[in-house]
Amino acid sequence: MVSSATIPEVSTAARVTGARIDVRNVSHWFDLPAGPLHVIDELDLSIAPGEFVALLGPSGCGKSTLLRLVAGLEPATTGELLQDGAPITQPDPSRIVVFQDPTLFPWRTVWDNVALGLQARGILKSQRHRVDEALALVGLQDFAKAFPHQLSGGMAQRVALARALVNDPTLLVLDEPLGKLDSLTRLSMQTELVQLWQRAGFSALLVTHDVEEALFMAQRVVVFSDRPARVKQVLVNDLPYPRHRGDPHLAALRHEALALLGLDASW
Amino acid sequence: MSTVADNILGAPPGISPKPSQPPLRAPSPSSGAPHAAGAQPATVPDFKAAKAALGFWWAGLAAAVAWAGLALLTGLWPNKPAGFSEWAFTEEFAWGAGGVSALLLALTVLARPLAAVVRRVRAAGPWLVAIAVGLAVWEVFTAKLGTLPPPFFAPPQSLVEVYVTDWPRLLESAGASIRLLALGIAIGAAAGFVTGVLIGWSRQASYWIHPVLRILGPVPTTALLPVSFYFFPSSWSTAIFLIALGTAFPVAILTWSGVAGVHKNFYDVARTMGASPWFLVLRVAIPAALPQVFVGLFMGLGAAFSTLVVAEMLGVKAGLGWYLTWAQGWAAYPNMYAALIVMALLFSGVITLLFVLRDRVLSWQKGVVKW
Repeated sequence: MVSSATIPEVSTAARVTGARIDVRNVSHWFDLPAGPLHVIDELDLSIAPGEFVALLGPSGCGKSTLLRLVAGLEPATTGELLQDGAPITQPDPSRIVVFQDPTLFPWRTVWDNVALGLQARGILKSQRHRVDEALALVGLQDFAKAFPHQLSGGMAQRVALARALVNDPTLLVLDEPLGKLDSLTRLSMQTELVQLWQRAGFSALLVTHDVEEALFMAQRVVVFSDRPARVKQVLVNDLPYPRHRGDPHLAALRHEALALLGLDASW
Repeated sequence: MSTVADNILGAPPGISPKPSQPPLRAPSPSSGAPHAAGAQPATVPDFKAAKAALGFWWAGLAAAVAWAGLALLTGLWPNKPAGFSEWAFTEEFAWGAGGVSALLLALTVLARPLAAVVRRVRAAGPWLVAIAVGLAVWEVFTAKLGTLPPPFFAPPQSLVEVYVTDWPRLLESAGASIRLLALGIAIGAAAGFVTGVLIGWSRQASYWIHPVLRILGPVPTTALLPVSFYFFPSSWSTAIFLIALGTAFPVAILTWSGVAGVHKNFYDVARTMGASPWFLVLRVAIPAALPQVFVGLFMGLGAAFSTLVVAEMLGVKAGLGWYLTWAQGWAAYPNMYAALIVMALLFSGVITLLFVLRDRVLSWQKGVVKW
């Protein structure tokens, strides 16, 4: 690690193979005072180990709910979710969520924020180097002692990413992680995220309502219907990485996705 | 990564240039030096120049004149006979005021060698004038004209007399008050904090404790005084209990609201990373609630002070509250004023202490909240 001045590789032990995720026949309701709200309807979805899947759908269609189910933050009303064949019943550090808001703890420095997962599992003392590595991975090693309020939006989201990656997740769940960034930062973070994914080898599940972002980053884009969420269509994007935004194949896929969302009038 | 440096490094404290001296080579905001350190050399000499240019301390001179006036007025204008011999310590008070005047004069004239001191007291200049004027008015209406009659009103020099002759008793009283206050607040803050976390966290605890708190909390602790004197073995332990109770209520309520108000996402983030419930309480809920806890502590202090004084006036045989009633019994009004001043200083000192503690514990808040 000392030999090169470039970004250190994820330590060999940290290299993971991605998790396989199976969503089988999952339906989900919310109990609201006005009556049950049906958000997900008999959904089947699989993520192959190391695959990058994006969920695309209109606002409020239940994408984020599906993420919470996959993360184990909530149990599904019916159906089952499996990680490598084992049912998902509770949150686990192997499946880390990056939220739209960085949700950094304002009372902790950047370093302490990134150390959160290791501290929660009681292994921080022996694994401190992993925090430094994760910070280096997102290029923020110089800001270890800064507080979150001193960071720009893009930097804060990179810290949130480092905080996720330090746990060596086998599945990274991304809930519109770039939704609140300005468009330039957003473009560069898309590339960064893809690079991190390629280097570390985890499976990735991205929720977004940005068609271009989904197609640029993911290998498979699952287009959802309005609530309750059903799979409307799966778009496969087999373009190799690194991709180019101007690629005609991307443009064709984009047209198709917009048509599925009923937005192709402006094409 | 050029966006990085100008986002993170705020201006170092204290180099805001004085308005009188526009910065020499202020970097235009768009050109933004990549490292704030690079901008520092340009601003530091600027700052020093501004300090040297502070000029003559006119307010200091005015204060010296005011204090000299107070000294002359007290010393030369004979006191109005007040039915008894004479206000003691009139001469000493005059000499004291003269001393302050001389000191201020020295500071204004020798501003250069005493620069370090002058910089500290400079801002207090107008207040120094106001205090001297206030003391002079007080002196005139009490000792000199007798408009405000003794024994209910006492001139400043009588307070000097109290401090000089009765300081051991005052010190002992202050000590007793501090002991009671410290014990009561410590117990109350701890109990209130634990209760607050408990009802903020556990539904069961909230179900049972919250209604009790809602009903009994608003009852002023002083109202419980007669009952508690009966239940507790000594008036001293009663006072501690009531001070603790008065502190605990606001601390519990605000800790609870702080814990309950922690954003759900904070818990979600920690939970997905394998945090145990204990971790969520100790590392997420409590740190997030701390700003609120301090608000509760500030409110609790107010309740503690009034409970303390009333308890000392009614039952406890020591402390500043006891001193007040004792002085009243002897119609020793100057002693009362003197004790009140000690009390004001003591209580404001405690509040200052809490501010210092808060600034230390919540230093991360500085960039988030405007204090």
